[in-house]
Amino acid sequence: MKRLGVACCLLTLTLGAAQLLAQQPPASAPASATPSMETSKTVSDKLQQLDQKVAAAQSSADNAWMLVCAALVLMMTGPGLALFYGGLVRQKNVLAIMMQSFALMALITVLWALVGYSLCFGGSGPFIGNFQHALLRGIGVDPNPDYAATIPQLTFMIYQLMFAIITPALITGATAERMKFSGTVLFMTLWFFFVYAPMAHMVWGKGGFLNAALGGRFPTLDFAGGTVVHITSGVSALVCALYLGKRVGFPKQPMPPHSLVLSFIGACLLWVGWFGFNAGSALASNGLATTAFVATHFGAAAAALSWSLSEWIKNGRASALGAISGAVAGLVAITPAAGFVGPMPALVIGFIAGIFCFWMVTRFKAIFSYDDALDAFGVHGAGGTIGALLTGVFARAIYNPIFGAGKPTGGLDGHWGQVGNQLVGVLFAWLFALVGTFVILKIVDAVTGLRVSEEHEIAGLDITQHGEEAYNLES
Amino acid sequence: MMKIEAIIQPSRFESVKDALLEIGIEGMTVTEVRGHGRQKGHTEVYRGREYTVDLLPKIKLEVVLPDNLVSRTVETILKTAKTGKIGDGKIFLSRIEEAIRIRNEERGEGAL
Repeated sequence: MKRLGVACCLLTLTLGAAQLLAQQPPASAPASATPSMETSKTVSDKLQQLDQKVAAAQSSADNAWMLVCAALVLMMTGPGLALFYGGLVRQKNVLAIMMQSFALMALITVLWALVGYSLCFGGSGPFIGNFQHALLRGIGVDPNPDYAATIPQLTFMIYQLMFAIITPALITGATAERMKFSGTVLFMTLWFFFVYAPMAHMVWGKGGFLNAALGGRFPTLDFAGGTVVHITSGVSALVCALYLGKRVGFPKQPMPPHSLVLSFIGACLLWVGWFGFNAGSALASNGLATTAFVATHFGAAAAALSWSLSEWIKNGRASALGAISGAVAGLVAITPAAGFVGPMPALVIGFIAGIFCFWMVTRFKAIFSYDDALDAFGVHGAGGTIGALLTGVFARAIYNPIFGAGKPTGGLDGHWGQVGNQLVGVLFAWLFALVGTFVILKIVDAVTGLRVSEEHEIAGLDITQHGEEAYNLES
Repeated sequence: MMKIEAIIQPSRFESVKDALLEIGIEGMTVTEVRGHGRQKGHTEVYRGREYTVDLLPKIKLEVVLPDNLVSRTVETILKTAKTGKIGDGKIFLSRIEEAIRIRNEERGEGAL
């Protein structure tokens, strides 16, 4: 049998070789006539076809990457953030907080399709988009060269949607364990329209007055959403925490996280999903995406270390919650910087963010005694702010010549004025989120009310807001 | 008849149970409980917030025995549950008036 097999193989090989030889073209077959108009036309046609094929190949590669990134960013909200926050609350509120993230996945998606995308990326006004793409009119497989020249605008649209989902979801960390579900839904709807959409347009939309790439007055470098996502959500979270007031029993009654295992898994999913968030913000599968990918990973690692070290020095132990909180703080801080900095500055930014956010959630919060239940402000507001400012310091043109070839980008290039521009962007985002959120809270308070009754709060939101319990272990 | 209630460290429970089986104790009831005596609790720190946990997990073991087995059982528990550190727990003895086996309504020591 063995011998027969070998014989068969040999036969196939011989036949194959013979076929190959037969296909070889004769050495001097083409160019039968003299060069003429016709041949040059054929050549230019061929070149054009080749160009189209190259463009199509690039588009396929970029599109494949961007679709994966869109899915990764969705994974950050569900299950990533849902698990991270879910583990940090008490057992009686875990479904409520997870449900808030999940509800946003559905709610924002529908709002986005109706008018949200158009309000963020339509037109070229300085403050907000327009209704030209309402109901996604005109959004198809053709790219929009203003934003991403190599991928279908539908891909760009769905990718940006995932950012619009996670941003309001971050705020639920501050309102956890005491906000009504009805109030949350109304608040998030209004917040999406009146805070997120204008802010996204101002920073990323064409003509937006903070846009660094498309002609903004105060070009703020924000690669993947330090101002748009983290400062707006973090600062809004602070306003919500102050407006809602403390949870019943805070800070006297112990409210330890009910499952750090869930939080741990959630944080790890966030770390992985963040590659889609930051590296995907290159909007192509190119070197810039790699720069952002590397910076993201390094920032997270350095911050996990520096938070743990701070804790070790202060409390004598490095906790699991500290390590994962540090990683998230680093990911937040590196978000605006990811596509502008090299690996070493990424380590520095992460290291600083870990220490700074540790101080914010342990000391600053205690001094001012506000109940930001899951530290949405301490991590996202504080980390986003420090990251946006440090981006102005560390951004280099060799990674991203966003102001044009040969022009400096940030402080390390000698362009220290960029730190000033970053400050304008940061202050504006703070102010906008503060005022916008306060007004929205007033409205929601009048319409549906914000807090559940004390009785319901003590019983837990799972049973009172949703009529179910997370763990029926004995049934 | 006597009831022995022993509140012991969870970490010693398996050894105590095995030792009791070895001296021929055939039944016991076990509950996971929380409590404290003179042992202080411990502190946990979550993002800078310290919590003192003063009720610690313990195991409560209940056995009802004819009088002649009591002292040997108590000795066995003392020997196996002891770590020598604070928090090892306590043993309580009390007299039992009656025991009834539900299956056949047998009464007294025979029901044990």
